[in-house]
Amino acid sequence: MSDTADRVKKIVVENLGVEAEKVTEDASFIDDLGADSLDIVELVMAFEEEFGVEIPDDAAEKITTVKDAITYIDEHKG
Amino acid sequence: MDGEFRMRRVVVTGLGLVTPLGAEVETAWKNLIAGKSGAGPITRFDATDYKCRIACEVKPADHEYGFDAYKRVDHKVQRQVDPFIVFGIDAAGQALEDAGLTDMSEEERYRAGCSIGAGIGGLPGIESESLVLDRKGPARVSPHFVHGRLINLISGQVSIKYGLMGPNHAVVTACSTGAHSIGDAARMIAMDDADVMLAGGAEGAICPIGIAGFAQARALSTAFNDTPEKASRPYDRDRDGFVMGEGAGVVVLEEYERAKARGAKIYAEVIGYGLSGDAYHVTAPHPEGSGAYRSMEMAMRKSGLALADIDYVNAHGTSTPLGDELELGAVRRLFGPALEGMSMSSTKSAIGHLLGGAGAVESIFCILAMRDGIVPPTLNLDNPSENCVGVDLVPHVAKERKVRAILNNSFGFGGTNASLVMKAVD
Repeated sequence: MSDTADRVKKIVVENLGVEAEKVTEDASFIDDLGADSLDIVELVMAFEEEFGVEIPDDAAEKITTVKDAITYIDEHKG
Repeated sequence: MDGEFRMRRVVVTGLGLVTPLGAEVETAWKNLIAGKSGAGPITRFDATDYKCRIACEVKPADHEYGFDAYKRVDHKVQRQVDPFIVFGIDAAGQALEDAGLTDMSEEERYRAGCSIGAGIGGLPGIESESLVLDRKGPARVSPHFVHGRLINLISGQVSIKYGLMGPNHAVVTACSTGAHSIGDAARMIAMDDADVMLAGGAEGAICPIGIAGFAQARALSTAFNDTPEKASRPYDRDRDGFVMGEGAGVVVLEEYERAKARGAKIYAEVIGYGLSGDAYHVTAPHPEGSGAYRSMEMAMRKSGLALADIDYVNAHGTSTPLGDELELGAVRRLFGPALEGMSMSSTKSAIGHLLGGAGAVESIFCILAMRDGIVPPTLNLDNPSENCVGVDLVPHVAKERKVRAILNNSFGFGGTNASLVMKAVD
């Protein structure tokens, strides 16, 4: 598992209060992890802080699974 | 609709407490009666440079009588909301469990509501997110900022958690909040707006701006930083301000016939509620205590009791130089000869001033005093100030005595006063 994936999962576990095993790469934030739209805004903010990337709103809207987040971050981090 | 206001009887059938002396009812009560103090040095932040460096904090989960937020509040909610909301949700949950009402039908839940307020609300979060805004800019402010700080979000969160679809209300009357919340909710039941109401108040404002703000308003004790347990000393001549407390108190109010029919444990009946405004000054009480007097007088009049029927008064008694004696003066004028045989104490001497939570927490102490036939003490009352002589202020040690009816006072900034009268139900 990549370093990005580890760090993303850690943030998801902390922010959403879900068990680590549930945070698979295919997990959907809303359908599988109980997030609402504001939780996703908060997650995106946390990713931006953690990885020093900027995730504009239109890109953030397309991030619906853990894997989407990891991929976006890996493609955009410096 | 028959067009009449039929006043229905309202009783208390469940209790919930989060306090500096314990995070559930029996522990807090036992410690209160034992004469313990919940005061200590502030641990929430480094208060070295503050005039007031003490508070009555709710203790952490690993403490002998600490608070474990995970018992009733999800991790996600805890992250998103301020402490006063967490305290309030927990106390509400305790009260519902105590009343045996966690499993109400949908029909019942349409008639069950919330009236849980706070005096200040999410001050810690307003403070910390303001710093985020200043240091990192608007795009870093939490999307949960607003609804994690709003005062009515205890009632909101509790209604969502337990599916309560009746009136959803939140009082904001500073230190009178808890008493107003119970009084208002009781009226909602009396007037047939609901059959069950969770009512009370919470506060969690022990944060830098909260302590600094109250200290600048000259409201906090600053002379006892090295002996925190001595600082809250209502009616004592050396008192110099209140000690900030935190926590929550919530009761289940229920329509009497319904409670009786389901065989509920009935703690007390809410029989009188009085409200008034000082119309005098934003922080100082009226010099003749006229607002306090009128509030108590209204509550007594509504109750139908004789003055001599009141066995115990839980005073507002915050330990401020002005307030305590004015309240006592008003009690003396109202009760006259009926003062003899009555006990009056301030439990703020032990748990500090819970601001918006005070009136509800103290109402619960009154109810337990009736249940157990014992009144809690006024700690640190070493030398009653001149005007306090001749009244049984229950100094230092709890006192066993019959308590059949109580009066509870709460007065707040802005000159807002509330009094509740309750009696035991046979």
